[in-house]
Amino acid sequence: MITRIGIFIAIFGLLAGLGRPLKSSAQEELTILNVSYDPTRELWRDINAHFIPLYEKQTGTKLDIDQSHGGSSSQARAVIDGLDADVVTIASIIDTDAIREKGLIKDGWVEELPNRSLPYTSTLVFIVRKGNPKGIKDWPDLVKPGVEVITPNPKTSGNGYLTFFSAWGSVVVRGGSEQDAVDYVTQLYRHVPVLDSGARGATTTFVQKKIGDVNVAWENEANLQVQQSNGALEIVYPPISLLAEPHVTLVDANVDRKGTRAAAQAYLEFLYSDEGQEIIAKHFYRPSNREILEKYRDRFPNIKLFNITEIAENFQAAHKRFISDGGVFDTIYQTKKGS
Amino acid sequence: MATNRKVLPGFSLALGYTVFYLGFLVLMPVAACFLKAGSLSFDEFWKAVWTDRARSAYLLTFGAAAIAAVVNLFLGLIISWVLVRYSFPGKKFIDSLVDLPLALPTAVAGLVYSSLYVESGWLGQYLVPIGIEAAYSRLAIVLVLIFIGLPFVVRTVQPILEDLDPESEEAAASLGATRWQSFRSVILPTLLPALITGFALAFARGIGEYGAVVFVSGNMPFRTEIAPILIVARLEEFNYSEATAIAVVLLVISFAMLVLINMLERWSVRHEH
Amino acid sequence: MSIDAISRKAPAEAAAVTTKIRKAQEDPPLVRWGLTFVTLAVIGILVIIPVVNVFTVALGHGVGAYLDNLFANKDTFHAIKLTLTVAPIAVAANLVFGISAAWAIARFSFPGRALLTALIDLPFAVSPVVAGLSFVLIFGLQGYFGPFLREDGYSVMPYLLSGIGALIGGLVYFLLLPGNPAARKGVWKYPWAAAIAIAAVTFAVLFFLQQYFEVWPRNQSLKVIFALPGLVLATAFVTFPFIARELIPTMEAVGSDEELAAVTLGANGWQMFRHITVPNIKWGLAYGLILCNARAMGEFGAVYVVSGHIAGKTDTMPLRIEKLFQEFNLEGSYAVASVLTLLAIITLVIKTRLERKVPASAALPGPMKPENK
Repeated sequence: MITRIGIFIAIFGLLAGLGRPLKSSAQEELTILNVSYDPTRELWRDINAHFIPLYEKQTGTKLDIDQSHGGSSSQARAVIDGLDADVVTIASIIDTDAIREKGLIKDGWVEELPNRSLPYTSTLVFIVRKGNPKGIKDWPDLVKPGVEVITPNPKTSGNGYLTFFSAWGSVVVRGGSEQDAVDYVTQLYRHVPVLDSGARGATTTFVQKKIGDVNVAWENEANLQVQQSNGALEIVYPPISLLAEPHVTLVDANVDRKGTRAAAQAYLEFLYSDEGQEIIAKHFYRPSNREILEKYRDRFPNIKLFNITEIAENFQAAHKRFISDGGVFDTIYQTKKGS
Repeated sequence: MATNRKVLPGFSLALGYTVFYLGFLVLMPVAACFLKAGSLSFDEFWKAVWTDRARSAYLLTFGAAAIAAVVNLFLGLIISWVLVRYSFPGKKFIDSLVDLPLALPTAVAGLVYSSLYVESGWLGQYLVPIGIEAAYSRLAIVLVLIFIGLPFVVRTVQPILEDLDPESEEAAASLGATRWQSFRSVILPTLLPALITGFALAFARGIGEYGAVVFVSGNMPFRTEIAPILIVARLEEFNYSEATAIAVVLLVISFAMLVLINMLERWSVRHEH
Repeated sequence: MSIDAISRKAPAEAAAVTTKIRKAQEDPPLVRWGLTFVTLAVIGILVIIPVVNVFTVALGHGVGAYLDNLFANKDTFHAIKLTLTVAPIAVAANLVFGISAAWAIARFSFPGRALLTALIDLPFAVSPVVAGLSFVLIFGLQGYFGPFLREDGYSVMPYLLSGIGALIGGLVYFLLLPGNPAARKGVWKYPWAAAIAIAAVTFAVLFFLQQYFEVWPRNQSLKVIFALPGLVLATAFVTFPFIARELIPTMEAVGSDEELAAVTLGANGWQMFRHITVPNIKWGLAYGLILCNARAMGEFGAVYVVSGHIAGKTDTMPLRIEKLFQEFNLEGSYAVASVLTLLAIITLVIKTRLERKVPASAALPGPMKPENK
């Protein structure tokens, strides 16, 4: 009887002990969480490996940087729902601004860091199979008969809607009418056999499952794939594409609560340092520092990158007009259903 | 049972804990869903759950589940027939493999099915050239749902078939009925309740499946997008109320299905005796 | 009348009858071969090829690479550990619930019994994504309890732990209460008053101890969603019905006669439970446990929504499969998949063994137990 009571007390102590959080909040160790979008895994792995020792040397604080990757919008949703992100580095201002709307990021965050909080920009290019058998050089080639295009779902993926904006802009910016643009994107999405939910899923479909003739992908993703493919894939730069702007920012509410503001700030500022910019260029993101961009010019062919403002007021307006329910994408997709 | 309460201990404790745990883990979340969806006016609710895109998603979810269940009805009948009536080497092994879909994580099923049927896959290399695209198509969804629903018809029909009274078949045979006649007029009616139950179970399971389908479907709005994916898409547009509205529709339909299955079950038990 | 009954007749007569039945039940060879072929083909294509495929790809680069993929990769190894933490907690919680639900439903009649039985099935009707979503609605930052948990989340812990303590206190009292009313003396004399008193005292003592020693930090956020508790809740929700569904019919089938006898003879609740109830339901219990565990380890949709996908922190094995696949690490992803497949096969083997002991098939929702022969 007494032993039994003893066992219960022991179990209880154990439960209490397990549930008890580690109180050792000695300032030497800090964990910060970087919530990012899909194709940046390799970039951040590299950045973290360089930044952590540097920060420890400078401040004596040992940093642990956790990474979370996923579709840009679902990552934003997770932060809104309480994922403890210290910094968000997601694909587009549409998603970052949704977090601000919930009050977790301060108004005016875009101006907090240099170059409108853009340590790098990117664009969309084509990946094709060895020897480019379908002769794909430019956007109109994507709708040639027999060409299958792989691109993620515009409804759920940053890569997906940026592809749509790019395709639209490739017509309108070069002087085509809106009707031409509608006709073009209607044609384009008829050539898409699979709409994966995220950029990585689409690339996996193209590279590993060998579906499709061309993959419209992030520039960095395209280069990574081509490097790893041992010559089975090639990259094609269309003459014109969209300037994509993946902003970075602190999540003010979280860094203030967790006391990680200084570390998170230093982390993001590191991206603008020469060392950070070099790493960024190495991973095929276009660095914001002109000199370093020129230094790696051979990696970044000089194609015409048009601004979102050439097809809409801003990213949010473009998303609303083209992608949201009842938008242009829905209209063309429904005509597709009938065909 | 009435006397149990006076003699056996722990009734109120067991019942109290059961209700508490059920309430905390199941009813509270479900109620939260309804509450959130309830923040919409009727018009908004209707608009959220009855868009063109939502309609085609429901149609696909229920259509694919129904087709898969019908296919399973036939396959399940054949398999249970073979497992009960015939003997062949490795029968026990095949018998236990029927249950694998119950134990295999659906993410694994989705992963494997999606890579088996693409053009470079083990089976896709033969099927795609002859025009059968069983990856990233509606066919892919049906196929993976057949896999997931496979055990249900077999496991409901098998025990009934085992217990089947041989006398009636014998009687039919002695009255000069052919094998097919005696199957149709003697065996099939007895199996009917079990077949219906198995069908309903496979159907219900198919409606709820997410993990496997999301891997193989390709997620194309209006074509291969199932309803749960639509919920996720709504969430990613930061539209919580509309997401829960669709969730509530699915939930009500699935629970109705479940109640129906229970009623069928009772009906078939009564039918048997 | 069954074959058994027939064979109990005079041997000669039985032999004659059986031959006749054989003929009547026999199909033409063509049909037999055809149907057997269909069965083998269906199982082969639907089940065997996928399983073989998993192991072939996983072991494609040799056993060394396979083991490296599982154990040398820090994040993968963490995912395995996380799954081995989440699944047992969820299963244990559902086990306690299953036993108490089965005890209440199979042993007693009360108003709302049918409703309660139906509600236990409810999680089967909820799409896993919806399950995950509803926990986000409750515990997420925009949800009902989210802001509070973020401000001062740990303040619920003393209540929670003390509540569990009080429950266990009351339970222990009832389990040790002598079955025979005549033998109830001292603290056993007024069961209800004593049980409530014990529960209250346990609650107060535990609560006081936790406050006095400041076990829990103040004004700190308690993470539920995007952390271990959220994963456990989502997993427990999805696997909620399995054990209860299995135990209720098992207990009903066994009947309460032996338990009534034990209590009448003066056994207390614990003795009755240990010596009568557990041996009677142990196979059903084991059966429910392994099915529940298999589902808990493999759950994808619900945990996908509540995980937050922090590499090396909140990725379970099924989520890790997807992530590795997307990092173009096909062998790694199939290696994890092969572990889960192996688990499924082990589950099947145990299940087949157990099925000889339990007549029912519990994986099926609905009261679909084939009647006991």
